[in-house]
Amino acid sequence: MNISASFKKRLKYFDLDISFSCPSENMMVMIGPSGGGKTTIIRMLAGLESPDEGKVIFGGEVWFDSFRLINLSPQKRLLGYVFQDYTLFPHLNLYDNAAFVATDKKEVDELFDLFKINHLRKRKPHMVSGGERQRCAICQALARHPRLLLLDEPFSALDVITRRGLREELKILKGTLSCPIIYVTHDINEALFLADEILPVVDGKKDDQWMQRMISRVPSATVSTRAAREPRLALVY
Amino acid sequence: MDYLAFYVTLKLALVTTFILIVLAAPIAYVLAYLRFPGKSLLEAFIYLPMALPPTAIGFYLLIVMGPKGFVGRAWETITGGSLLFTFIGITIASIVYSIPFAVQPMKYAFAKIDRRLLEAAYVLGLSKRAAFLRVVIPNSLGGLAAAAVLVFLHSIGAFGVLLMVGGSIPGETKVASIAIYEAVETMNYRAAGMIALSFIPISYAFLLLINKLNKDSHI
Repeated sequence: MNISASFKKRLKYFDLDISFSCPSENMMVMIGPSGGGKTTIIRMLAGLESPDEGKVIFGGEVWFDSFRLINLSPQKRLLGYVFQDYTLFPHLNLYDNAAFVATDKKEVDELFDLFKINHLRKRKPHMVSGGERQRCAICQALARHPRLLLLDEPFSALDVITRRGLREELKILKGTLSCPIIYVTHDINEALFLADEILPVVDGKKDDQWMQRMISRVPSATVSTRAAREPRLALVY
Repeated sequence: MDYLAFYVTLKLALVTTFILIVLAAPIAYVLAYLRFPGKSLLEAFIYLPMALPPTAIGFYLLIVMGPKGFVGRAWETITGGSLLFTFIGITIASIVYSIPFAVQPMKYAFAKIDRRLLEAAYVLGLSKRAAFLRVVIPNSLGGLAAAAVLVFLHSIGAFGVLLMVGGSIPGETKVASIAIYEAVETMNYRAAGMIALSFIPISYAFLLLINKLNKDSHI
């Protein structure tokens, strides 16, 4: 299955205008400075926001088409979506969170083993570390057998060591999944490590030169924008 | 001591609390999450019983529930009896009287829930209704408990509105607060004092309960 999307949306500081596609078993990493529209793109893929104009087609199924007035609800898109910060349900323990909509509860155990959080299954989200919460969030997303996995800076709130560990676990996991994965980050190292394909997004548009400019540190007017410093810092670790 | 009046009071308070929690939850949801024109007008209207003199509410209820009012007439065609001076009549009155005290704490509890939790639930495939039952309600138990206890205490103390619609029929509509008033009117200060005194431990115990519930449900 292949996900392809094109979006146009007028935002406060710029106009978003982008199109891309990502086949099964592929991880596309969307990278770019913060505030460049990456999360908006992910939210539009999930159906939580609508573009002014555009199309989302998954396999043969139309999820969104502004001309034919088709807009499939988030509920029906059958996605896995891991948010930037923890959105586990605070009233449930980790196991119940992961099993919240699981098709097969046995798989939750397997996933918990894989992510090494089985000993924490009875703990509530506020009683475990940030990395453990994000592991659980990934289990929750996978237990539903998503057709498309969206990861929006899932590790950005974690410390460097934890992030590196999770990054490696995710890379191993990627090999076992058959759905397309779209991963958002502003960390160039993470992108290079995980991506089959990289989509640099700057001010709502595809910008193929952005990575090169960032790595080579070519001094130019566009590079010295506010958020462009972050990936450079990321190169340190 | 007028135990019968106490029995009616407690029965009325329990029934009112139960019905109001179920009834107020969807109203609070609409006020907390939806945007529509005229919302502030609707909200003010729902809170109106809090700002009106109880006898004024009682007066309007008397008109509406009376044999010439539309509710009273409808009731009469269905059941053949009158709605005024019955337990059901004062229950309706008590519900109207206490609506703001149920809606307001629930609305604040719902509004406090992170919108992203709801989005996460939608993405996981939950309908709005399922998300409300499985995510919103379990995460606002403190607010629900607060609403329940407030409504309970508020309906224990109802007087004017019940007297207007229900009068004082022992075992049916004569509640403890009315019993106090009647005892004083007949110069029976001892009986009035006994009933009044019994209110203190009940109300105090419930206030302690509200504190405990709020602590326990704190996540």
